Amino acid sequence: MDLHFGDSKPTDDERAAVDALLGLPESSWEGADRSDADLRWARGGRAARNRRDLLLPGLHAINDRVGWISEGALGYLCRRLTVPPAEAYGVATFYAMFSVAPRPTTVLHVCTDLACTAAGASELCAGVEARLGPGSGVSVERSPCLGLCERAPAALAIRSGDPVRTAVSAPSTVREAVVAASAPDSAPEEPPAGAAVPQAGQDGLVLLSRVGVVDPSSLDDYRAHGGYTALRRAFELGPAGVIREVTDSGLVGRGGAAFPTGRKWQATASQPDRPHYLVCNADESEPGTFKDRVILEGDPYALVEAMTIAAYATGAHHGHVYLRGEYPRALRRLEHAITQARARGFLGDDVLGQGYAFDIEIRRGAGAYICGEETALFNSIEGYRGEPRSKPPFPVEKGLFGKPTVENNVETLVNVLPILTMGAPAYAAIGTGRSTGPKLFCVSGSVDRPGIYELPFGATLGDLLELSGVRPRLRAVLLGGAAGGFVRPDELDIPLTFEGTREAGTTLGSGVVMAFDDTVPLPRLLLRIAEFFRDESCGQCVPCRVGTVRQQEALHRIAERTGAAAADDIALLREVGRAMRDASICGLGQTAWNAVESAIDRLGAYE
Amino acid sequence: MTVTPLGIPRRLLEFTIDGEPVRAPEGSTILDACRAAGKDVPTLCQGDTLTPKNACRVCVVEVEGSRTLVPACSRRAEPGMEVRTGTERARHSRKIVLELLASSVDLSTTPQAAGWIKEYEAKPDRFGPDAARLDEEPRVDNDLYVRDYDKCILCYKCVDACGDQWQNSFAISVSGRGFDARIAVEHDAPLTDSACVYCGNCIEVCPTGALSFKSEFDMRAAGTWDESAQTETTTVCAYCGVGCNLTLHVQDNEIVKVTSPHDNPVTHGNLCIKGRFGYQHVQNRD
Repeated sequence: MDLHFGDSKPTDDERAAVDALLGLPESSWEGADRSDADLRWARGGRAARNRRDLLLPGLHAINDRVGWISEGALGYLCRRLTVPPAEAYGVATFYAMFSVAPRPTTVLHVCTDLACTAAGASELCAGVEARLGPGSGVSVERSPCLGLCERAPAALAIRSGDPVRTAVSAPSTVREAVVAASAPDSAPEEPPAGAAVPQAGQDGLVLLSRVGVVDPSSLDDYRAHGGYTALRRAFELGPAGVIREVTDSGLVGRGGAAFPTGRKWQATASQPDRPHYLVCNADESEPGTFKDRVILEGDPYALVEAMTIAAYATGAHHGHVYLRGEYPRALRRLEHAITQARARGFLGDDVLGQGYAFDIEIRRGAGAYICGEETALFNSIEGYRGEPRSKPPFPVEKGLFGKPTVENNVETLVNVLPILTMGAPAYAAIGTGRSTGPKLFCVSGSVDRPGIYELPFGATLGDLLELSGVRPRLRAVLLGGAAGGFVRPDELDIPLTFEGTREAGTTLGSGVVMAFDDTVPLPRLLLRIAEFFRDESCGQCVPCRVGTVRQQEALHRIAERTGAAAADDIALLREVGRAMRDASICGLGQTAWNAVESAIDRLGAYE
Repeated sequence: MTVTPLGIPRRLLEFTIDGEPVRAPEGSTILDACRAAGKDVPTLCQGDTLTPKNACRVCVVEVEGSRTLVPACSRRAEPGMEVRTGTERARHSRKIVLELLASSVDLSTTPQAAGWIKEYEAKPDRFGPDAARLDEEPRVDNDLYVRDYDKCILCYKCVDACGDQWQNSFAISVSGRGFDARIAVEHDAPLTDSACVYCGNCIEVCPTGALSFKSEFDMRAAGTWDESAQTETTTVCAYCGVGCNLTLHVQDNEIVKVTSPHDNPVTHGNLCIKGRFGYQHVQNRD
């Protein structure tokens, strides 16, 4: 490698931020002062070359400390990691939460996505901008979904420094958002995670039984509420036994793709190549989704235990949690849980004295929906741009660092606990024949009690909406998030199962249910969905990179038009949408037209 | 004579293309097999010396059992595969991709693009006069190359050629995201402030003319560039002992650019700054 680092120097602050992560540099090749020894050999360079996966944490370190990433800071980080500056620049500019231009130390992200828009995000933005004009030391940014849909409209303030300070304001008013941004330390505490679970404390809950009940900071309390019985059972069964139970339970992935979990685990476990990796996808960024956040904030040890079981079954000794960067409280809770579990022997070299080594590392995303795509997530962890890889090869064969990897999202993993404690047959008896077990739904929008609901598969959409107190004059329901589809108010008897939604020509996706009453302007909503995909496309393939732009332009043109005046553009949208679905590399481009198409076909949005 | 390394013998896979049985060596891509069978599939981002990035998606074909279309340039052929290259579905995606590209990028110097646009009946202007495109002046910040972003289709070939597949300089990468993604050096600086070593290997692989010799750019601007009047002569570079092959493109008795044969087993089309750009001494008439 032939690297050129330029002459820009980091400030003391920037250097300290990087050194706090990586330790002090050992030689001038890495950025330390030059010594006589350095003139003779290039010690450090080769050793540093396998540390590229620290690029994203390094960018976070600088951005957290200084608020943006300067040329000098990036150059220093590149020198420390032996990463070409052009590539690091490509990575830094990929993520929405980083800036390579100077900006104020505090950034206030105001959510402008679906639930928040329906709850008045535009007015909130305008009000906050009027109060926090230039010179206030706050940069106000319009943000995609912050995952706080049950408390819309939402804002997240991030103040750089040592340590970085964050404050969440939701439901937010102009006054509260301004307080959060100007004094994040004294902003009022967020409501507990249990507040997002209207069923909290009810009997019969399986996945949410502990949320709002258990102290999320206490390992003992977790154990007192049944924690770690599943792991003990896993050790009794052995890896093959665990996979058999998971397979027999009929569990399928809850992230939207509905792939059989047992098959994925078996395929990874049987790969001869080593090491095996486990990745937990906690990058939920689908507008309308917030279930992972609630589990991580309310029951973080459940994820730690479930990951330990998944790793044991598939022969992995190292697990990564890829957590979206917009979840500061979930990050703190999970970090604490991992530290406690490690200190008490539930993680580490000898888990529960069983001679099995496993540990978990958290990786923070930095604002990129595409990183929820499994292979884009691997690239992101590895320190590359979060662009999806083409498949095959599939992750079970070549995943993280090119090794066999099992990747599951938070909800899927947490399901493994009841499978082991109640046994596969009892678990499979919940739900329907082909969609087994309990399912989490993220309900928001025009309902009186928004939040996370747990229902056995097979309940109808109407049941769920009734439970959450749907308001009168329902106009449309978005199922499965921005990548999902709209259904009409007269279709509420759709059963909430994978096969039932498929038969009805729609999808469960990640479990999003957003209700919109007739006060919500549908064309504006569709335009926001199109904007979301345009902003979040990684730009790698043409159908998605240009197609999402042309889709947004066409929707913009017909925002105020209906009938014959819109017909040409709707025909154009159909043609482009079909090619995006057929020819895009990954699911983002393939689904970017779903919601708009369903709004046109099922709701008659422009008639 | 070019020496072609034979490599180890490879097993033949049997599958079908458009219903006809074909046999292709193990490891072949669908595109390799299509070309061997005499079927043309259009490609833009595919190159003969780099790992396909399959970013442009004009080479998509239908494969039985696959939910989406499949890029022929990178998908390996498998035994029993049923490939269909010219279905309505595949042709539709190719047409739209060509429309999307041509509406956002200047394809005037992309070989074959005009023919494909005609063949697939693509109508790039139906997105209207306001369709977003880059509209940026070409960047001329050094005497050797010009970067014309208006012509860039983000095929990643220059990135791969500058990076670990050829040159190992890593001077360029993709920055930004989505429609704002662009090929850039660090901090989007002038080339002269970057890690660029001016080997010109990125120009060698650029499929659209977004990267070009300054000489070619100036002659095109002056209206004097005339490919039909050019002769190509392949010779050996005289600067050092490696023996790289140079192809001199000569117009009106002047060398106007230098390329290198991709089938050369030593260099695969790679050159250094001297071989690529150091030709003035040949035509020094003083």
